[in-house]
Amino acid sequence: MTQAPLSAPLDIGFDYTRSLGPTLSRFVTGLAQRRIHGARGTDGRVHVPPPEYDPVSGEPLTDLVEVAHTGTVTSWCRQPEPLAGQPLQRPFTWAFIRLDGADTPMLHAVDADDVHTGMRVRARWADTGGNGVRDIVCFGPEDSEPAVEPRAADDLTMLTTPIHLSYRHSASPEESRYLRGLADGKLLGQRCPACGKVYIPPRGACPTDGVPTEEEIELPDRGIVTTFCIVNVPFLGQRIKPPYVAAYILLDGADIPFLHLVLGCAADEVRMGMRVEAAWKPRDEWGTTLENIDHFRPTGEPDAPYDSYAGHL
Amino acid sequence: MTDNVSVVSFAQAPHVRETHGTTNGVEMLVPIFKEALDNVGLSKEDIGFWCSGSSDYLAGRAFSFIAAVDAIGAFPPIHESHVEADAAWALYEAWVKIRTGEVDTALVYGFGKSSAGQLRRVLAMQLDPYTVGPLWPDAVSIAGLQARFGLDAGLWTERDMAEVAARGRGGDPDELLRRPYFADPLRKHDCAPITDGAAVVILARDDRARDLTERPARITSIHHRVETPHLGARDLTTSPSTVAAAKAAGADGVTLAELHTPFSHQEILLRQALGLGDEVRVNPSGGPLSGNPMFAAGLARIGEAATRIRPGERALAHATSGPALQQNLVCVLEAD
Amino acid sequence: MGKQRAAVLGVGQTHHRSKRLDVTMAGLCREAIDRALADAGLTFADIDAVVLGKAPDLFEGVMMPELMLADALGATGKPLLRVHTAGSVGGSTANVAASLVHGGEHSRVLAVAFEKQSESNAMWALSISVPFHMPVGAGAGGYFAPHVRSYIRRSGAPSHIGALVAVKDRRNGAKNQFAHLRQSDITLESVQASAMLWDPIRYDETCPSSDGACAIVLGDESAAQGRDAAWIHATAMRTEPTTFAGRDQVNPRAGRDAAAALWREAGIDDPLSQVDAAEIYVPFSWFEPMWLENLGFTEEGQGWKLTEAGETELGGRLPVNPSGGVLSSNPIGASGMLRFGEAAMQVMGRAGEHQVDGARIALGHAYGGGSQYFSMWVVGAEKP
Repeated sequence: MTQAPLSAPLDIGFDYTRSLGPTLSRFVTGLAQRRIHGARGTDGRVHVPPPEYDPVSGEPLTDLVEVAHTGTVTSWCRQPEPLAGQPLQRPFTWAFIRLDGADTPMLHAVDADDVHTGMRVRARWADTGGNGVRDIVCFGPEDSEPAVEPRAADDLTMLTTPIHLSYRHSASPEESRYLRGLADGKLLGQRCPACGKVYIPPRGACPTDGVPTEEEIELPDRGIVTTFCIVNVPFLGQRIKPPYVAAYILLDGADIPFLHLVLGCAADEVRMGMRVEAAWKPRDEWGTTLENIDHFRPTGEPDAPYDSYAGHL
Repeated sequence: MTDNVSVVSFAQAPHVRETHGTTNGVEMLVPIFKEALDNVGLSKEDIGFWCSGSSDYLAGRAFSFIAAVDAIGAFPPIHESHVEADAAWALYEAWVKIRTGEVDTALVYGFGKSSAGQLRRVLAMQLDPYTVGPLWPDAVSIAGLQARFGLDAGLWTERDMAEVAARGRGGDPDELLRRPYFADPLRKHDCAPITDGAAVVILARDDRARDLTERPARITSIHHRVETPHLGARDLTTSPSTVAAAKAAGADGVTLAELHTPFSHQEILLRQALGLGDEVRVNPSGGPLSGNPMFAAGLARIGEAATRIRPGERALAHATSGPALQQNLVCVLEAD
Repeated sequence: MGKQRAAVLGVGQTHHRSKRLDVTMAGLCREAIDRALADAGLTFADIDAVVLGKAPDLFEGVMMPELMLADALGATGKPLLRVHTAGSVGGSTANVAASLVHGGEHSRVLAVAFEKQSESNAMWALSISVPFHMPVGAGAGGYFAPHVRSYIRRSGAPSHIGALVAVKDRRNGAKNQFAHLRQSDITLESVQASAMLWDPIRYDETCPSSDGACAIVLGDESAAQGRDAAWIHATAMRTEPTTFAGRDQVNPRAGRDAAAALWREAGIDDPLSQVDAAEIYVPFSWFEPMWLENLGFTEEGQGWKLTEAGETELGGRLPVNPSGGVLSSNPIGASGMLRFGEAAMQVMGRAGEHQVDGARIALGHAYGGGSQYFSMWVVGAEKP
């Protein structure tokens, strides 16, 4: 019986730093001052938000025009279950709103139960500015939404836009067998039925033949370093503290090396062809991951001759 | 003429809500590469040019398309390219490549595992990142706003939309209309299902096509156009880029159309914009409302049209990309 | 219809910097486009189609940014194509644009490539830990350093070769007004004293992170008639898988195959004698000798001797990266197109202070992924 492939969450997030250039700087600065600017296009239409380049002619637009905080809904769509990052976290309505003084509508949220085309709305402002279009929390009915006066704010040239997305990462069926093997302390490779090469991890498609690897082969937890580098550079998101030796390990009986850590000797003693063996973490820390092997360490055996691994570089 | 190019083979992976495979598409691609090649008795070594379409943001990883070439078995090395767009645009690139005379066959593929992330939210990443994206307007909501414009203008009704949905995925329009809104004015049936999938099309220059299949579908023209990203400046009730592409492609007189319309109102919108009358069979495959593998569904429209075209018939295949039909491609096919 | 002749009519690029905080992504692209159009003496109205290339969308946090850039690219109402072939993408983008002309689709095509690395952090984007994997990855340097070590072992090259390349390219960069790093006073000693980041790759042997863009205007024979142009003599692209049993990571076959096809199409049988200037994608200095061999300028294992003899310097037998190359400016997605554009500038005689005297034939080269995506072109002052 085959088990379902393994999967795990994969979250990616970064607060992107966006430089705004002249036109959008004025728009974002204006919002911080509770002023809304559009740009007059080459055909005379006033667009909000101001396009940096004209939607018709492509020319740079620098003629900014202040428009009102009020406007008219030209289209709407309900959002009964808001998604992460959207303007309101309770049911709301997306709307195109043509602000008074503009010729084309802008997209934003409306906080009202009875949004309809033609409805008059007014901007509701966030307490803190500097977040661009999010300085407007949403729009509300013109009658009930209090009018707000402009205020002073410094010029802005940058905007931070946080982007956080969640995915589910799946391992292939072949890789999943290998990962479950790791959880039992085994290194399971597979042989390609076409070329006969032994792959670890096994592959959903042998890269040279395009067919899944099949015949399972348990490999020993020892082999050689084919080549390596010493990582001295720290970087964002790094999970191993530098310096460390990142080495390609070719297990005995395998036809392809994989990357792992080498410890147990000084970094400058690591050599191409050096014999190494796995140093496993304590069994109670094992999971379905190659991280069960904490690192590889020298065995003290004589180095493999260069010719024996020259074809793996 | 020797610079005519034909679709000679088409294969697609089953449309599923969630594949157990990886985001690099290998598990979906291996069997359909084989199927598409076997259809015409070719092996990978016979393919002159490979071109694919996929998206890193669909997979949540940089360079997600690279591992997909494992499914080809790409050694000895292949002549290959990739577009970060629906694979219909990869087909365009491959079609041009054959017309340069450099190669006489090309294999085009697209794949997407939409289920890996939250698709409607991921697609908000296509919006202007300075002034629109920070609000995270999702793809369903953008489509709903577009549908409302047409409803308000009397260009279509919710019943019209339900009828499109009923044709595409089955059901009775009256019953569909009694269902609750998903994002008023859209109901669930107005939105393409989230679909994992992949598609493969093999192209060949005419002098090869006849040897490969009895029924090549000749591509007479392909054109594509993009519109401004500034949503407010667009008339969202029509599709000038589709109309311009169709005009350039000479799409008059088609009697079969496969339209890449992930939302029911978009099928009506495109029928109106293209002037497709009742004599035109639209989306006989079921269209995207029956299955919408991202980055493959546009390519699949071309494959579906090529498969269904009758001798003497002219067909139009359409692909779209971007928010609210921002970018559109029209491919016209003929069969002798 | 057959293959139509194609030529470069104009090239433009930005002033590359680590952070171009004065512009948006759109403004960055437009700076290069405006220069390319001016160089070609054309306007947007003359352009039939636009091709945009850039590396992973995660770098800027925009999915398919060509869509939001359509107005800035002058593409609205026109065909717009987006290419992504990893680090080779700038070159591939130029090649795809060339094929639109070669195939008779369009008369004039604008190719654009950019990267605005300051929007995020490339090391982060390239090292995102994927579940189940050993988190030993350390960006591009960490990826390529072991293969550089393999090259040194295999070729027996002396350890200072990498530093020689760094000195040459940074000094060349000092002659290029657009280069990010312009270090006229760099020395072998200063490079060798710089920090070892990914042993055996030192800080000064590593490309910078840059914001930048490049644009190239291509045209058909009628568009190029009666004006200076860099005629495209050959293009080539090849791909192989990232890893497979027995893969040669030092001298990948995809690169060798692409080069062989390129020289054949260009009618070149002795590249070292027949090519006057080469812009080769060298993000880490050791890749100069590696690619000299891969491209067939020398026999395998001999590339470093050309470098050591000074033959790749301006004035040498084969000036390599007279612009300063990727080691002086690295807006990733644009880096390949800069190689292609600089090659065109050389044969058009428009390379200014870093002009190779009398250059008639030049190579533009790019690679990406794990040394697995290759794109190249040969341009010449004469019609092919």
